[in-house]
Formats: sequence, structure tokens, C-alpha cells
Amino acid sequence: MMDFIGKRKIWYALSLIVILVAIGSLFMQGLNFGIDFRGGTLLQLKFEKAGITGTEIRAALEEFGLEKSSLQQSEDSFIIKTAELSREKQADVLQTLESKIGKFTLLRSESVGPVIGDELRRVGLLALVIAAVLQIIYITIRFEFRFGIAAILALMHDAIITVGFFSLFQYEVDLTFIAAILTVIGYSINDTIVIFDRIRENLKLMRKEELAALVNKSIKQNLVRSINTSLSVAFVLVALLVLGGETTRYFSLAMLVGVIAGVYSSIFIASALWYDFVPAVKGQKKPVKI
Amino acid sequence: MRGEKIFALIIITVLIIGGAFWAANPIQNNLKLGLDLKGGVMVRLQAQGAVTDRDIAQIIEIMRTRVDSLGVTEPVIQREGKDRVVLEIPGIEDPDSAINLIGKMALLEFKTMDGEVILTGKDLAEAQEAKDPQTGEVYVGLKFKPEGTKRFAEATARLVSMYPQVGEKRDEKRHIAIYLDEEIIQMPYVSEPIPSGEARISGGYETLEDARKIALLLRSGALPVPVEIIENRSVGPTLGTDSVEKSKLAALWGLAAIMIFMLLFYRVPGIIADLSLVLYSLLLLGILLAIKATLTLPGIAGFLLSVGMCVDANILVYERLKEELRNGKSLRAAIDAGFSRAFTTILDSNVTTLLAAAVLFFLGSGSIKGFAVTLSIGILCSMLTAITFIRYVLKALADSGLVKNTKLYGA
Repeated sequence: MMDFIGKRKIWYALSLIVILVAIGSLFMQGLNFGIDFRGGTLLQLKFEKAGITGTEIRAALEEFGLEKSSLQQSEDSFIIKTAELSREKQADVLQTLESKIGKFTLLRSESVGPVIGDELRRVGLLALVIAAVLQIIYITIRFEFRFGIAAILALMHDAIITVGFFSLFQYEVDLTFIAAILTVIGYSINDTIVIFDRIRENLKLMRKEELAALVNKSIKQNLVRSINTSLSVAFVLVALLVLGGETTRYFSLAMLVGVIAGVYSSIFIASALWYDFVPAVKGQKKPVKI
Repeated sequence: MRGEKIFALIIITVLIIGGAFWAANPIQNNLKLGLDLKGGVMVRLQAQGAVTDRDIAQIIEIMRTRVDSLGVTEPVIQREGKDRVVLEIPGIEDPDSAINLIGKMALLEFKTMDGEVILTGKDLAEAQEAKDPQTGEVYVGLKFKPEGTKRFAEATARLVSMYPQVGEKRDEKRHIAIYLDEEIIQMPYVSEPIPSGEARISGGYETLEDARKIALLLRSGALPVPVEIIENRSVGPTLGTDSVEKSKLAALWGLAAIMIFMLLFYRVPGIIADLSLVLYSLLLLGILLAIKATLTLPGIAGFLLSVGMCVDANILVYERLKEELRNGKSLRAAIDAGFSRAFTTILDSNVTTLLAAAVLFFLGSGSIKGFAVTLSIGILCSMLTAITFIRYVLKALADSGLVKNTKLYGA
């Protein structure tokens, strides 16, 4: 039988390493905030002429001192991200691009002021905190406080890993990232709760069982479900990642990382944490009654 | 009893599959698409200075007139927070000029050279673009209200008498400056008193279209306070259509993968799971249609994710069923036990996700809200399908005696 609880130090260590890398990256290089958070202007252009290079566009932007802007090719269009441009300046830039490079269609243009970015960051953080608190309250009511704390720790584990992943690879963080993180949190809690639910049930059914064995059994009983559900969600996310196009790419990526972290933490971390929280007299077996 | 159940099962299957084919088109055609999918402009305005409710109401009113002049269908203009207004204008040809139109204060002022304000936009009765048949010059013809007419007549008469013309030399002070948004657009010389209450401005319009825009701005009136565009996003129709096609493709492949997986892994219950997924999708899309929700790109993602919740409900039930069968229970007993046990789990796990969605709904704005709406409705639908549909069909299947071999239930 797989021993989840007995080997928990290994799983803890593994998670700790990943979390340290994540936090390290967050401290060292932070997140690559998109214009949603930073404020700025985004222009997505599709030139009529084929074979335009990024160098040509940069050269044209030089006139405005914007040559260091982020430039990204997406299929047959270009995405330019600059500091926030005024309406007049944006019109100038577009005119210059047209005269120097050629005719284009403006597929998308976005301009976000700095006020919005600050607000978004504040609201995003607030949303995370409120969601976490609400979930602790719910779990405490339905289960007990220790389950709640263990679930929240597992949830923070998943959130930190997802955010850290985006920091490590410097993927862009935009408005949908907040939605992704909150959904990851929802999923993570969901995954963990299902196993806790089983532990709660088994506590009533198997009163003679030793606690570690009981938790192991509960996890094992749910293993197929955990894997199958995550796999189903992963199907959708991979489809969205591969086929969904530019706009949902980072959203699905964040979700995918979160779901993988979530299934890991719910199997290897959450129940083990709860097990460690249940008070035990040293040297004795942990009592089943809690 | 048996025959009845078999009949019911057939009817249900036919209804769901038939329903899916029947509803596919109406759903596609009637779902309201957000700006990111349809193309359009979103502008967020911040009113400057101390702003009253009245000011905001007036700004919204003026914006409505301006946006309506663009000839678009179903623009959404609403207040946000204390001092902001959000405009969403779908399906627009030239987003750029629309944004320019929206950002204009449209404050018209006639001033003397001493800075005295004679008239403002409030005195206007009419503003109409026109072309002078003789000179070909494009201008905006203005007509003042009676009160304004009187003041204009008095002011012009006063200027004429105070600064009489001597020979060819025109007194500088006998001009009137016409300001639009604090920029001088014209400074005509007052050759004689004007009692008619009519005036023209012809400062630098090249086409009739330009003059038409100014006339419109003047007609809809000046904003009570200046506004600043703090955010604007526009998506061209091609990109929107592209996104719709791509996410449709992703949705189809994602759903297909799940359905095949469920079928292979769970066999008979897998069929039920697949039917429940179709039913669930119909239910969710139907509700979105009924409440006239707007589908955005994140909304589609929310829909796809809640599909995961629906699959999860199925998986939870079937895993329990398997266990109960392995413990030696009869099929019917196993279904009952499996259900009652799986239900609390489904409830607890869904409520926690629902909490996250609710937070997003109340704190998020725009597309994030759309995501939260589809996700929450999705979760509720998935619970509903799990509690009613999966349960009924599993029981009916057991009662019908069609599939007795418990191996086919995964045991």
C-alpha cells in the first residue's frame, strides 16, 4: 500500500523546494505585469504586406523613443506594448507605422491608465484574501478548524507555485490571471475537501484504525477520483492552451500549473498537514477520536 | 415496470441528443457575445473634480446621444462607482474616432476680448452642419435660444458702439472669440450687431463629416465636468471572430476528450456521464440565454471549467458505486449508498468553489464578472444534473435490467 503519511517528510521537502524556488524568483525578478496592472498601451496590428520583421517595427518606433517597447509576433500579427500613450500620440505612432512600413489593420488596441492598474492589484489581492477567509469559515463549519487550516495551507501552496511559475518564466500576468488564480484556489479546495470528507467519514466508520493508516486509506480510496477529475480538467485546459489562441493562452497555462499543483497537494500535502495538526502524546499512536 | 423504465431511458436519450442538435443553432445565434468576441470598444471615463450624482446622470445622458449618433445597436452605458462611467459599444467600424468623440468635453463658449463670456453651449437651440453654396466653405450653423439671442444681440451692439470702425482699421477688441473645449476655433470680427440669434463657426473643417461631428457634440451639449479616459480597449471584428472560432474549436476538442475518456474508463456509467455533460451544457447555455448574460472569452473559459465540475460529480458518484459494488452490495443498494455518500462530497466541494466565484463576481469587473457568472451558474447546473439526472438514469437503468453485469459499472 502506498504510504502517503509515513513518507510525508519527503513530500513536504519536495514542496518546500518548489515553493522556495517560487518565492526566490518572486523576490529576485518579480512578476511580468501586463498593461492591465502596469498601465500602458497595447496595439495589435496585422500588416497587409507579408514578411515584415520586428526590426522594421522597432526602427519605426524609434522616432518616438519607443524602440524598447515589448514586441511580440502572434501568428501573422504583431503585438506592441508601450508605456501609456495619449490619444494623439497613439494616432501619430500608427500613422508613422503606416507610412514607414505599410498598410495594416488595427486588430486590437488597449490603453490602461495607472489608476486602473493599482486598483486591479489591490482588488486582486483583496479577492484572494476574502476567498480564503470565506473558505476557512465554511470548512470550519462543515468540518473543523484544523481541516480548514490544512486546506488553506495546501491552497497557498498551489497559489504560490502558480504565481512562482509565472515569475520564473516571466510569463505575462494580466487581468485573467486573477481569475485563473481564484479558480485554482476553488479547485484546490475542492480537491482537498473531497479527501477530507473521506477522512471524516472513515473516522466514524473505522474507530479502531490507527490514524496514519486511516488517512492513507482515505487518500487511496480517492486516488482514482482525484486523478480522473484533474485529468478531465486538464483535457479542457490543454485544448484551450493549444487551440484557444493568444487571448486565453496564459489563462489556461496558469490554470494548468495550478491544477497540477492542486492534485499533488491534495494527495500528498493537505491530509499529511492535517495529520500533523492532530495533537498526539509523544511516542503514542495518535488517537482516532478528534 | 421494466418496459416502462426502458422506454423512459430511450426517451431521455433521444430528447438529450435531439435537443442538442435542435438547440445548437439557436444558441449560437442568440447568445449575446461580449466585445472581445464580437469586436467593439470599451471606454472607462473618470469624471474630474467634485462630482455629484446629477453630473454623472447628465454625462450618461450626453454619452447616450453621442453614441447613438454612431448608429450602433445596444450600446451599454453605465455608472461605475462614484465618479466613473463605462461605455461598451459593440460592432463599430472606426473605434478610434468613436473614442475621440466620447472624450470630448464639447464646451462651447463665446467670449469677448476682455474674457467676458457672452454665450455658452447651453444657449444653443440648434447646431447643424452645412456647406456654403457660394464659397463651398463647410461650417456649423448655430441658432440660439431666445434668451441667448437677446444676449448675443446686446453684446454685438455694445461692441459695435464701443469700438467704432475708423476707416479700414479694425479694432482688435471688436472680435468675438469662439472657444470649443478651451481652444479658440475662430475669432470673427463683429461688423454689425446681430439680432437674429444666428451664427456660424467655420474654423478648419475640411469635410462635411468633420462639421457634422462638431454639430453633434454641440447639440448633445457640454459635459457638466471634464472627463478623462482612463481605460480604453477596442477589438476589431476580425480578431473577435477569430477568438470565437478558436474557442469553439478548443471547447469541442476538450469536451470530446472528456467524453471519450469517461466512456473508456467508466463504460455504462460513462454513457450516462456523457449524456449528463450534454444535458449540462444545454442547461447552462439555456440559462445564459434566458438571463441575457453576455458571453466573453473568460466566460467561455468559465464554462469549460465548470464542465470539469460536472465531470467531477459523475466521477465521485461512479467511484462510490464501484466501491459499494466491490463491497458486495447489490446494484440498487450500491446506487443508493453511492449517491447519498457522494452527495455531501459534491455539495462541500462545490460550495467552496462557488465561494471563490462569488468573490470574483462582487469584486471583479467586466470580463472577470462574466467569468464568475458562467462559473457559478455552471457549478449550480452541475449539482442539479448530478442530483437529479445521473441519479434517475442510474436507477432506471438498474430497474430496467438492461445492464445487470456489475463489471460494466466498473466493479
